[in-house]
Amino acid sequence: MTNPTVQPTPASATPEGGHLLELRDLHVEFRTNEGVARVINGVSYHLDAGETLAVLGESGSGKSVTAQAIMGILDTPPAVIRSGQILYQGQDLLTQSEGQRRQVRGKEIAMIFQDALSALNPVFPVGWQIGETLRQRAGMSRSDARRRAIELMDLVKIPGAAKRIGDYPHQFSGGMRQRVMIAMALALDPKVLIADEPTTALDVTVQAQIMDLLADLRRDLNMAMILITHDLGVVAGVADRIAVMYAGRIVEHADVRSLYKAPAHPYTKGLLESIPRLDVRGQELSTIKGLPPNLMRIPSGCPFHPRCPYVQQVCVDVVPPDLVLGDGRTSACHFAQEVRDDSAR
Amino acid sequence: MSDFETVAATENQAARRGPSGEPGTPNQIGAAHKPRSLAGDAWRDLRRNPVFWISLALVVIFTLMALAPGVFTSTDPKDCLLSRQHAGPSGGAIFGYNFQGCDTYSRAVYGTRASLLVGALAALGTGVIALVVGMLAGYFGRWVDAVLSRVIDVVLGIPLLLAAIVLLKRVSGDGQWTRLVAVVFVLALLGWTTAARVVRSSVITAKEQDYVAAARMLGAGNGRIMWRHILPNSLAPAIVVLTIALGSFIAAEATLSFLGIGLSQETISWGQDIDTGRIHMREAATPLIVPSAFLALTVLAFIMLGDAIRDAFDPKLR
Repeated sequence: MTNPTVQPTPASATPEGGHLLELRDLHVEFRTNEGVARVINGVSYHLDAGETLAVLGESGSGKSVTAQAIMGILDTPPAVIRSGQILYQGQDLLTQSEGQRRQVRGKEIAMIFQDALSALNPVFPVGWQIGETLRQRAGMSRSDARRRAIELMDLVKIPGAAKRIGDYPHQFSGGMRQRVMIAMALALDPKVLIADEPTTALDVTVQAQIMDLLADLRRDLNMAMILITHDLGVVAGVADRIAVMYAGRIVEHADVRSLYKAPAHPYTKGLLESIPRLDVRGQELSTIKGLPPNLMRIPSGCPFHPRCPYVQQVCVDVVPPDLVLGDGRTSACHFAQEVRDDSAR
Repeated sequence: MSDFETVAATENQAARRGPSGEPGTPNQIGAAHKPRSLAGDAWRDLRRNPVFWISLALVVIFTLMALAPGVFTSTDPKDCLLSRQHAGPSGGAIFGYNFQGCDTYSRAVYGTRASLLVGALAALGTGVIALVVGMLAGYFGRWVDAVLSRVIDVVLGIPLLLAAIVLLKRVSGDGQWTRLVAVVFVLALLGWTTAARVVRSSVITAKEQDYVAAARMLGAGNGRIMWRHILPNSLAPAIVVLTIALGSFIAAEATLSFLGIGLSQETISWGQDIDTGRIHMREAATPLIVPSAFLALTVLAFIMLGDAIRDAFDPKLR
C-alpha cells in the first residue's frame, strides 16, 4: 500500500500569484425576509491553465453560487458579496466596473448551465443564438457568424450541423441541446470554462457522451475547466483536482487519485462510501445520516459535526482550520490525519 | 427466422436510420428537406384552425372596406334626400335609408375607415407605451418598478370615459384630422395600463430564465438582453391584450362619437350613426342595427384573430 503522502503533486505547482483564476476567502450571503443565509463562507480555490478542477458538493453547498459570483451573474439583491477576491490573471474581478466585467464574460470565462432547454432562447434558431455573440462581440458579419456557428456545431459533434442551424431549441433532444449550449459558450474561445452540473438533466448514456466531449474539448482547445457536480462518478475520469464543498466551505481539497484512495474529511469519506460498488455483493449502502445544514443557522464549530461519526467536543467548539496534509492536500477537519489513515487502511 | 423476415428487419433498420443516414438526430426524418421554423410551425397550426380563417376573412374584408369603400358600394354616403327619410330597401340601398335620407349600408361601409384607423392607431400607441413602461418596470425592478407601477395604478384609476370627455372637451379645432388625432391620443394615453401590467409580469418571468443568464454570461448588455431575449419572449401575451384593446378602442371611439365629443361631425363613423339611429329607433331599426352589426363584427374579428395567432406563435405551448 502506497503512503498517500508520497503522491505526485497535481498540476498546481505554479509560482504564487501565477494562477489563471484564484478565489480568495470569498463570502456571499443572501438577505431574505426570513433572515440572512450565509451561502459561501470563505471559499478559496485556484485554477491553472489547462487543468480541470471539480467542485463537488450536495445541493445548497454553494458550488453554483460560487460559479455565478465568478461570472458576475448573481442576482443582487438578494445576494451580497461580503468580502473576498476573485483574481483572474491577477486582476480582481470584484473591483472591476460592469463594463470591464462584460469584456471578461464569454471571452475569458464562459459557463454552461445545467438545464440547456431553459438556457436557450425558445424564439430564435440555435444558429442565430450561437452566432449572436460572434456578431456582437467579435464583430463578425452575418454570413461569417453563420459559418462559424456551423463550425462550432461540428466541433461539439452535432450531426448534420449545416442542416440543423435553422432549427429551434425545442426541436433538439436533451443531449443535443447541451451541445448547442457548449457551442455557444465556446464561441469566443474562452480560457476558462465553468460547467455547472452539465449532465444532471440528461440520461446516463448521454451524460457519458457529454463528459467525454467536454474532456476532449478542454484538451483540444487547451482551456481550463471548473466542473461543478454532485456526482462523484462523473468526476473521476475527467478532473485533475477536486474541491469538496459543504455548507459554503471547502472541506477538502486534493488531487483526484489521493482523494479517491484516501479521503481525509469525514464528509468526503461518507460520500465515497455511499457509492454502490460492483465488487461487493449484497452490501447495504452506507449513508450520511442527518440533513444538510440550514444556511441561516449553520452549526457552531465544524458545520459537519451534527452528522459526523468522528465528532468530539472540539468539533462543536472550534471551527477547524484547513490542515495541510502535504502534496497540496488540505482538509478542514480536526482529525484529518486520523480520517485519512482510516480510509487508507 | 425466414428470409422474408430478415429482409424486412434490414429494411426496418434502414428506415429508422432516416434518409440522411445519421443516427441521433430525431428530427432528421421529418426535416430532411427544409428546416422547420417557428413561423412554419405556426402556419401549420393556423391552417387547420377555422377560427383563424373566419376572423382573417372578416379582418381582410373590413380592411379593404376601410381602404377602398367604393368597391363595396357605389352610392355616395353623403347623397342624402330628406324625402327618402326612413324609406325601406330599394334599388342599391339594400338596408334602406336613415333619418337624413342617406343610404344606411353606404354610411356603414364608409364609416369603417374612421373606426379602424382610430382602433389601429390607438392600439399602436398603447402598445408602444405599454412595452416601454412594462419593460423598464419589469426588468429593472426595485424603485423603477415601484414608481412605474404606482403610475400605472393612478392611470388605471381614472375612468376612461370621464377622462376622455374632460380631455376631448378641451381640444378646440374641429378639423377631421384634429379630432381623429385627439381621439387616438386620448385613448392611447388612458388605455395602456392593462397591457403594461401584462408586459411587466411577462418580463419578470422571462428575465428569470436561464437563457437571460446565459446571454449575460456571454457578455450581453442590458439593452441587448431586453431587446433580443426578453422582448420576443414577452410579446405573445401583449399581442393578445392589444388585439382585444383594438376592438375595445373601436367601441370606445363609437361611444365618444355617440356622445358627440369624438370624431368631427363631418367624419362618417359608426358611433355617430348609432347615435342618430338610436334616437329614431322606433321609426326605423335598420339605421341602428347595421352600423352596430359592423361594429360588433369588427371587434369580434380582431379579438378572435389575436387569440388564434397567439396560440399558434407561442413557443411555450409547443
